[in-house]
Amino acid sequence: MKKKLIPYSIILIFLIIFAVFYKSLKDTNIYTPETKINNDIPIFSADLMYLNQNSTSTEIFELDKFYLLNIWASWCVPCRDEHPILMSLSKNNKLTIIGMNYKDNKKNAKSLLDELGNPYEKIIVDKNGTISIEWGAFGVPETFIIYNNKIIKKYIGPLNQMLFMEIQKTIK
Amino acid sequence: MKLFKNFIIIFLLLFSNNLYANENSERNEITKNLRCLICQGQSVYDSDSDFANSMKILVDKKLNEGLSEREIYIYFKEKYGDWILYDPGLNKNTYLLWLLPILIFLFGGAIIFKSSIFKK
Amino acid sequence: MIYSVIGHYSLILGLCVGLILIFFSIQNFKNSNQLDAKILSFSFLQLFFVLISFLALIISFVISDFSNETVFNNSHTTKPLFYKISGTWGNHEGSLLLWLLVLTLFIFIFLLRTKNQPIKYKILTLVFQQVIIIGFFLFLIQTSNPFNYLFPVPDEGLGLNPILQDPALAIHPPILYLGYVGSSIIFSSALAATTLKMVSTSWAIHIKKWVLISWIFLTLGILLGSIWAYYELGWGGFWFWDPVENVSLMPWLALTTLLHCVLVLERKETLTSWVIILSIATFTLSMCGTFLVRSGILNSVHTFANDPERGLFILIFLFALIFLSLFIFFFFHQTGKNNSSNFFWLSKETSILVNNWFMMYFLSVVLIGTVYPIFLDVISSQKISVGPPFYHKLIAPFLIPFLFAMAIGPRLKWIRSDLKDKIYLIFLLIICILLSFFIVKNFNTNILINTILISSALYLFFITLRDFFNKKYKNFAQNTAHFGFSLLILSILFNNLFSSEIITNLKVGETYDNSKTKIVFESINQKKEKNYKSIIANFNITNSDGINNNLSPELRIYNQPNITTSEADIKTTLMKDKFIVINLVQNQDYFNVRYQVKPFMLWIWLSVIMISLGGLVSFLKKRV
Repeated sequence: MKKKLIPYSIILIFLIIFAVFYKSLKDTNIYTPETKINNDIPIFSADLMYLNQNSTSTEIFELDKFYLLNIWASWCVPCRDEHPILMSLSKNNKLTIIGMNYKDNKKNAKSLLDELGNPYEKIIVDKNGTISIEWGAFGVPETFIIYNNKIIKKYIGPLNQMLFMEIQKTIK
Repeated sequence: MKLFKNFIIIFLLLFSNNLYANENSERNEITKNLRCLICQGQSVYDSDSDFANSMKILVDKKLNEGLSEREIYIYFKEKYGDWILYDPGLNKNTYLLWLLPILIFLFGGAIIFKSSIFKK
Repeated sequence: MIYSVIGHYSLILGLCVGLILIFFSIQNFKNSNQLDAKILSFSFLQLFFVLISFLALIISFVISDFSNETVFNNSHTTKPLFYKISGTWGNHEGSLLLWLLVLTLFIFIFLLRTKNQPIKYKILTLVFQQVIIIGFFLFLIQTSNPFNYLFPVPDEGLGLNPILQDPALAIHPPILYLGYVGSSIIFSSALAATTLKMVSTSWAIHIKKWVLISWIFLTLGILLGSIWAYYELGWGGFWFWDPVENVSLMPWLALTTLLHCVLVLERKETLTSWVIILSIATFTLSMCGTFLVRSGILNSVHTFANDPERGLFILIFLFALIFLSLFIFFFFHQTGKNNSSNFFWLSKETSILVNNWFMMYFLSVVLIGTVYPIFLDVISSQKISVGPPFYHKLIAPFLIPFLFAMAIGPRLKWIRSDLKDKIYLIFLLIICILLSFFIVKNFNTNILINTILISSALYLFFITLRDFFNKKYKNFAQNTAHFGFSLLILSILFNNLFSSEIITNLKVGETYDNSKTKIVFESINQKKEKNYKSIIANFNITNSDGINNNLSPELRIYNQPNITTSEADIKTTLMKDKFIVINLVQNQDYFNVRYQVKPFMLWIWLSVIMISLGGLVSFLKKRV
């Protein structure tokens, strides 16, 4: 009996390995960070577009109010797709939309807003991409919903109609 | 047995020190241990993506703010999860990762010890 | 078009021949007075069909026949002829065809060259090898047929990934595969020998040649990949502990262990179970590597096309082979009575066991480090990365006793021995420690660990160096390989300790100057080649030692696929490499410039060549 124990346990181990490999075949291997929520927003200071002034995070985000922070760039194609949704969200006066212009050329950014409209109340200029990293973002577009200086929702990738409804529901 | 004791000492020393520290700037050392989220097979140091370039600037900024290497790792870990670090610290997820090779080593040693010394 | 048809049908014919071979083998096995002549001719026929198929694919690439899907996906009319040909195995389908070619080639050579071994053993080896071959045939035809037809025929192909358009990488896969696939012969023959209960000294002598062949090729294959990574992929790094690299290192470690074990078995009938396990493990690890790489479970710098269906096929095939070998091992293998592994503690056998012990530890570190993230993700959906720090921390401290054992071990005699000239050995040790202490002290780095590491490597270095001139000492092959290894470790250590680097942003005409180095960005040229445009930057670099170099790194913008690569310019000298590379920065008019001085780079490559040279000497040596 004892002699048979070794072969059987080895076979069992290999079966487990097989099962693990089999299962992981179906998962994607691309890592996306978990959408952590209820984190405090980072403290930073940055230039604002159009205003030519420097502003800090506490000045931009007040308490007791819903904010939507949207990271965008004129060179980013999916940003154009989500633009109409941001435009319609900007009509909701419970929500203040803040833009973050990521690694962009000022002229191109302004001409995009001239063309498609400006949903943003303020636009933070993130010239070298470091502020968006402080937010835990790693690409464009990304969207955060902020309330009471806390991130309550985070969306990676462009917004769509479904997320639009979800955001409307969140801020009610 | 003495050899073994020395072994453990060396081993413990290694945990606190990075072996291949060289005269390069601290930033390079840190970015070598950060994994790039855009080109996922590369470190931030090796990568040339936009994200990696921004990371490098941010690491410089944090170093200027006076954060230590460890604090910077913790900072990025909070933002992007354990995945971002190439050095998986010893925690409940990685006990097996660190200890299994050592256990295998001890186990193998025991077999050799048994076969070569006792049964003369 | 016609070539695809020829290639496709000869693949199917090759598969049929495989089945016929198994049928004949079974008949011949029952009635085994002499090897059936038919078996040899059919084996040749199979090789012939695979070769035809392979040539057909090469021709399709050369004439840019875009009705072939593989050619369409991986080639382009403006590509130079050399890369059209190397593109044949630069993709998944073609490389598997190459696998198959090597598999059939090796079994044919095996049948031809194996003499003085029982007929039954030869036949059984053939059967096991055919099981592998048929598996690969099915895999190729079923999931990754290189001859899929495209209609309508496209005018132009998608092109080969520019980073693969490189001379080192053109020959890297064939060499590496000779090593990988060479281990299949070891696998099949070990299974055959186990079944027939003939794992013995004579078998060890016979299989040693095959172990050496695949070991040499595997070593060289890894070297080529590493050289390529050095100048093409990274910023002066040559080993990233990337999963794909680890996957090639694992069979190498197993094979090296096996090589040492076979040396014991050659002389004394012992360790038989262990030799069988290692033979099985080597090929299994090669297959496992193929699975991990091709299925896309791991993400890596080296991108491969992922396809879950292929992954599933290899996975099932891999585990079928594992369970087959487990069954054979447990069912047929019996440790003989005289097979006791009692060794006197101070003998060559024990030192080889110590070698095995450490090698297995290194293997387990690499294996666990590579697959652990997969397991953790599946079991607890936590995602972590295991990178260079992990491997350095677990491997470096164990390298120290390993190097000492490598220095002392070969000096011991078989069975039982006393260490002669103890005083000399201890004296040398003290010198090494002092020497390395002074080396390390001059550079204010981590003193303790570096001193110990360098002194252990130096110790091995001096001892092996001395043995070259020692007439009493005959084992030239072993000494060369061990000497090469000490040189490798020393070069890597010095390289890591004394590399220096400058990263800066420069516009044309600007100058970077610190107290030691002055970099002048002189000018930019443009050049137009057949399949890429290149921007060549000219730098003039003055080092603190007054040496002036002109270096011209390049940015290449390929037409198809539209990818920009940066080509480093490297000035190699005996003692150090000067390495410069430039990159574009988005929305900026300057270039990101990285300049590195890397000492002993050349020695890293030379020492690996020396290690494999040791293998070659041993391979060519006639047994006394």
